[in-house]
Amino acid sequence: MEIYGWGRYPRLEATVALPQSEGACIEYLARTQSQSPSAHSQSLITRGLGRSYGDSSLASTVLETQYLNHFQSFDEATGLLSCEAGVSLAQILEVFVPRGWFLPVTPGTRFVTVGGAIASDVHGKNHHNSGTFCEHVTQMEMILGNGEKISTSPTEHPELFHATCGGMGLTGIILSASIRLIPIQSSEIVQTTIKAPNLAAVLQAFEDHQDATYSVAWIDCLATGKDLGRSLLMLGEHAHEGPLLTQGNKAIPIPVDMPAFLLNQTTISAFNALYYNKTLQAKSTRHIAYEPYFYPLDALANWSRLYGKSGFMQYQFVLPKAAGELGLREILERIANSGKGSFLAILKIFGKVNQNLLSFPIEGYTLALDFKVEPSLFDLLNQLDQLVLKYKGRLYLTKDARMSEATFKSSYPRWSEFETLRQQYHAIGKFSSHQSQRLGLQ
Amino acid sequence: MKRIVIIGATSAIAQECAKLWLKESPKHLILVVRDADKAQRVLDDLQVRSPQSKIEIVQTGFIDPIEIEKTVVDIAKQGTIDIALIAHGSLPEQSDCQNDLALCKETLEVNGVSPALFAESFTKVMEKANQGTIAIIGSVAGDRGRKSNYVYGAAKGLVGRYAQGLQHRFAGSSVKVVLIKPGPTDTPMTASFKQKGMKMASSEDVAKTIVDGIARGKAVIYAPGKWQLIMLIIQHIPNFIFNKLNV
Repeated sequence: MEIYGWGRYPRLEATVALPQSEGACIEYLARTQSQSPSAHSQSLITRGLGRSYGDSSLASTVLETQYLNHFQSFDEATGLLSCEAGVSLAQILEVFVPRGWFLPVTPGTRFVTVGGAIASDVHGKNHHNSGTFCEHVTQMEMILGNGEKISTSPTEHPELFHATCGGMGLTGIILSASIRLIPIQSSEIVQTTIKAPNLAAVLQAFEDHQDATYSVAWIDCLATGKDLGRSLLMLGEHAHEGPLLTQGNKAIPIPVDMPAFLLNQTTISAFNALYYNKTLQAKSTRHIAYEPYFYPLDALANWSRLYGKSGFMQYQFVLPKAAGELGLREILERIANSGKGSFLAILKIFGKVNQNLLSFPIEGYTLALDFKVEPSLFDLLNQLDQLVLKYKGRLYLTKDARMSEATFKSSYPRWSEFETLRQQYHAIGKFSSHQSQRLGLQ
Repeated sequence: MKRIVIIGATSAIAQECAKLWLKESPKHLILVVRDADKAQRVLDDLQVRSPQSKIEIVQTGFIDPIEIEKTVVDIAKQGTIDIALIAHGSLPEQSDCQNDLALCKETLEVNGVSPALFAESFTKVMEKANQGTIAIIGSVAGDRGRKSNYVYGAAKGLVGRYAQGLQHRFAGSSVKVVLIKPGPTDTPMTASFKQKGMKMASSEDVAKTIVDGIARGKAVIYAPGKWQLIMLIIQHIPNFIFNKLNV
């Protein structure tokens, strides 16, 4: 059947396997191997809910983990949860928020699996003080390319652990993991919104609120000149009082691909201007449920269909802190001049880099932008790649559908260590994706 | 605590029903399964969701009538049964059943005779206690035979007729019999359809309809509800037209 990532670009014909158990995973693995002595035309990758945007979870055979979705144990004293890799963050929240526990790190959608969150080493709005998702994973069970089951943690086969965290599923099949949840008193978030009239102001505001638990800024990418980088910075803290509730996981479906012409420079500019001016005060605080704070877009199922049939791309890069305002300004100007903007441009700050070989975050600023796919887009993104490289930044593999091998290898210098480790743990020739082949990984 | 017995508790729909029941309040769940090892995963999952619940596994065969009766009687000896959900089944390829009569027989037994025998056993203990609900999972496939799955469909048709008879027998008593007819549902049993790209209802949504229907004591539950209308139409298509359809 035809499969695609969240951006609906690219699309690929694939065989989809749905293993129900560890044994079935091993069986599929053996079967795929025996069919293809030359692994290059054939590829096998594990896939969770398919929320990576580009082609990281696309391969000629994908092993979907939707039936590996059982909780295994939970320690009320420490918050340590063990579960199978196909359990989604939404399922964790549904069960544990009412009991006063929350995810230590969460990306902008709760419809990702634990296995996917580990493979992408996802980050949230608290990277500056809590790091990535995998920094809260204490242990994992995996199946290697030779069918062997292995346990890995920061102390047990640590090199495999640090390659698998952020390793895009290329080191083996993640079966289960243990994650440390954090205690909360309320499911509500105290949200403070700060209006920043331009780029310098928003970076200063991030600086001034470094001790906020969560922070994220929405940037109007089409604002130019003195307004360049005008933003709303949204800070969040877990409320100390209030209910412990989840809103349920029902979302409004977008039943058809919207005509792509609905998103053009005029409509997006209008939307962005409205959004920015909706907030009247320079600073305002209110209590809101955790869902609209962390997952504003989860309320619309398939929101990617808003970008029309040809799909969209999210371009997310990080620049080191030193490049800061100068680099962001140059990139934002390039985008504003191109006239290709998006509803969503999200700016966050990253704290310290971790030990994982292919994890995306480095200390600095990360900006994520959506673009609808059209032929002229690729040229703009190639130009942006050059700017990102010039400032010693890099792109998020989970969002990527098109970066070149050269861009990848120069911005992820530990790729060769990653390959050595994959060789050592029998992953080469067994696990690969459309993306890994594009990026020149074996 | 309510006592709920689930036959075939590792089935996807049964697991989702169990999750919903535990979400309401702690329960005493008895998971009746063929393979206790496989069921341990399900038990662990449910126990994490509801630490206060009492959950146990009973392993038994699903074909031998003596074994079936003994299993049900033993469970009833431990306490009153509030709900018995009979949820097991298997769905092999229709063409394999046509080519292999042993598989054909097994499919008819597992999906038809076995659920009927479990239901009959539960009526004995529930009639004595003068309370309890027997909920049996049939299928829309049992509403009209068609070439693509009549072996499975015939067995499910048996279940439907059996449930109807039991409903007649217990009309006006405190024992309730509920027949559930799910449409195509996204479960491991139907994985081969999903691989072909078929869109199906999620097992969570189907379970919601079932748990809700059982609570309200409905006699027949189509899940999702739209299948009631679809099957009404399909049942009334005249043969000379139906036989030309490639379904």
